[in-house]
Amino acid sequence: MGPRGRRMREYTRGQAGRAARTSRLDLALAQWRRIPPRLRGLVPLFVLLSLAITYPFYVASLPTNIPVILTLPTVHDSVTIIVFVIMAVGLNVVVGYAGLLDLGYVAFYAIGAYTAGWLASGQFQQVNFHFGAIGVNSNETGIHISVWLVLLLAGAITAIGGILIGLPTLRLRGDYLAIVTLGFGEIIPQFVRNADNLHGFDLTHGTFGISPIDAPGFGHTLHNAVGLPVRYDDSFPPTPDRLFFWTVLAVLLLTVFCSMRLRDSRLGRAWIAIREDETAAGAMGIPLMRTKTWAYAIGAFFGGVAGAFVASFNSGAFPTQFDFNISVFLLCMVILGGMGSLWGVVVAGTILAWLNVEGLGNIGSWLNENVFPASHQIDVPKYTFGIYGIIIVLMMLFRPVGLIPERRRKREIEEGTRGSLDEPLYEMRGANEPGAGERGESGRIPRG
Amino acid sequence: MIVNLIKSPTDFFNVFLIGFTQGSVYALVALGYTLVYGILQLINFAHGDVFALTGLVATTFISSLFNLDTGTAVLTIGGGLLVTFLGAAALGAAVNSSIEFVAYRRLRNAPRLAVLITAVGMSFIVQNVSLAIYDVNAKSVPHLVPGTPVFTVGGVHYDWDALFVVLVTAPVLVLLSWLVKSTKQGKAMRATSQDPEAAAIMGIDVNQTISFTFALAGALAGVGAVLFLTQYNIRYDTGFTLGLIAFTAAVLGGIGNLTGAVLGAILIGLIQAFNEGLSWFAPGGDWTKSIVFGLLIAILVFRPEGLLGERTPEGA
Repeated sequence: MGPRGRRMREYTRGQAGRAARTSRLDLALAQWRRIPPRLRGLVPLFVLLSLAITYPFYVASLPTNIPVILTLPTVHDSVTIIVFVIMAVGLNVVVGYAGLLDLGYVAFYAIGAYTAGWLASGQFQQVNFHFGAIGVNSNETGIHISVWLVLLLAGAITAIGGILIGLPTLRLRGDYLAIVTLGFGEIIPQFVRNADNLHGFDLTHGTFGISPIDAPGFGHTLHNAVGLPVRYDDSFPPTPDRLFFWTVLAVLLLTVFCSMRLRDSRLGRAWIAIREDETAAGAMGIPLMRTKTWAYAIGAFFGGVAGAFVASFNSGAFPTQFDFNISVFLLCMVILGGMGSLWGVVVAGTILAWLNVEGLGNIGSWLNENVFPASHQIDVPKYTFGIYGIIIVLMMLFRPVGLIPERRRKREIEEGTRGSLDEPLYEMRGANEPGAGERGESGRIPRG
Repeated sequence: MIVNLIKSPTDFFNVFLIGFTQGSVYALVALGYTLVYGILQLINFAHGDVFALTGLVATTFISSLFNLDTGTAVLTIGGGLLVTFLGAAALGAAVNSSIEFVAYRRLRNAPRLAVLITAVGMSFIVQNVSLAIYDVNAKSVPHLVPGTPVFTVGGVHYDWDALFVVLVTAPVLVLLSWLVKSTKQGKAMRATSQDPEAAAIMGIDVNQTISFTFALAGALAGVGAVLFLTQYNIRYDTGFTLGLIAFTAAVLGGIGNLTGAVLGAILIGLIQAFNEGLSWFAPGGDWTKSIVFGLLIAILVFRPEGLLGERTPEGA
């Protein structure tokens, strides 16, 4: 009789004791447990999702004098917040899953935004190319491709950019890689700032940026058929902000879904293996370069889509948007949430992006009003990045696994990569939940 | 470059001297990166920000405390600057070793990525300390060392303020080299960088040695910052870009290699000056960062051991 047998005995004894005290609550709980665990996990998600989807309808009626934070973000700011979360999820693929420190993620954001600028605006006056663009006069010069396509194209082009950056640099060891990516993150914004006169050719319109960029829309055919909006920047209700909000929410869901499926795929497991021990992973036959390049490409893809979306939302791409600070800001989200922990990153990303867009300003004015004396007012948003610095350092010192740690990552950090000898070499996914494997079989609650 | 040499040799040599001066300042900062990297294999991102912070404090020393100005007597300027140098060096040493004590020491056995990320965080914290004290405006000091030429050959003139930078840097480098090569502390540093565990077995206090290395790096940054201040103005975020450029210099020379850092820094100074100062086939100041970082990427990809470094198994 091994330890498993003993645990089983204790378990059945516990069941017997509990059965004696059956009450209405227990029955309800039992019913709840009969829902398959996969569906059960989805319930809070659906609740959150419906709250999120209806957010534009009730945000106006929310109180505006909440202590400390004053207000919840407006719909307009929520779009920006969600875009940042999308990028954080993308960065999480590179940093969290594959363990490659990328300090220049903002480069992908910039490539995405400028791709949208090139493919959906009047930037190139020499040509006149239209493909499915909504609300653009067919005699307007420039390239005008449907924004939906541009989102995908921007992702694809950025992914190619990621591969091009990755191929020569991914051979490098961790901290060198960080520096190289940082270098790219500095070069690309400077390039777009200066590339308004490349041998007389205006590629990026310099410091002025590319503006205006076309807005997405579904056109009249779909509008008449299913009532989808013709153009996002029309002023009819629902307002553009709301349309962009719902769209970006959909993009976020798609991103999270892809990220989740990728994590559990063969590729994702290869990433995690490389993160845990590159040498061992290589010895097991994982093609290191190809796997790491894929991480780069996919991380870049998300960054590119987010960049293109922001460009369309702001109707412009400007070089000042692409600071090194953004890279660190995104890294901060990934660290705070827990590297590799998808839900952690989403939650931390939402909080930090909100702090960046509105939160710190609100908290600052609340503090100035209620805590600091009039003689010592502090401009809190000025120290945003100092605050992020403190978050990063404190997290690394005291909780390196993040707020909502991924199980495997937690073990990795707590026990080191070597691990102890008496722990099982592998674990089955969901083996601890009832319903999985033979242990779960005996754990099912008797009917009736 | 050669076209420039032929077209206008005077400009070429003038620019060369500017680059050499700038390179000397970079050398002091690059040495800080190399020293720390040599001992901990850590890129101390906060180093550039320590540089900026000490530089800003030095402006207070010069302008408010000693009230130095161009008209002040030479001896007073000399004395004031000497105290400023010592003060900045002490401050840099204190800040840098406290960063190590507060943040990096606890993470000595953590994954290297964790320490690196912490370094980025510390960089932002130090930067914001500068921001909190000195606000966003650039600070400068009066032109204390006169810009009159030491000598003029043809149209090429070498100014006192440029010579001053070299006059300060050279003894500091000699001192550093003596410290690392010939003192007991230097021996401890070299031993710790080779193998911390073995060094500890030999009775070397590893923690103290690492603290000392950080203090040394910080002091160099402090001296560099005051020199920088005699030529340019300084802002709370000056350190970030300058730090990256200095880091590039350290990598170019071979990170961990002291001579290499100086060589790399002078090369980078020259590249920057040629790029910004020459009129033929030079992209100009707008592209400096791109060129320097492009170079950094190229080195890391093609010759990660740098000009003078040794190829290590992990370096490849």
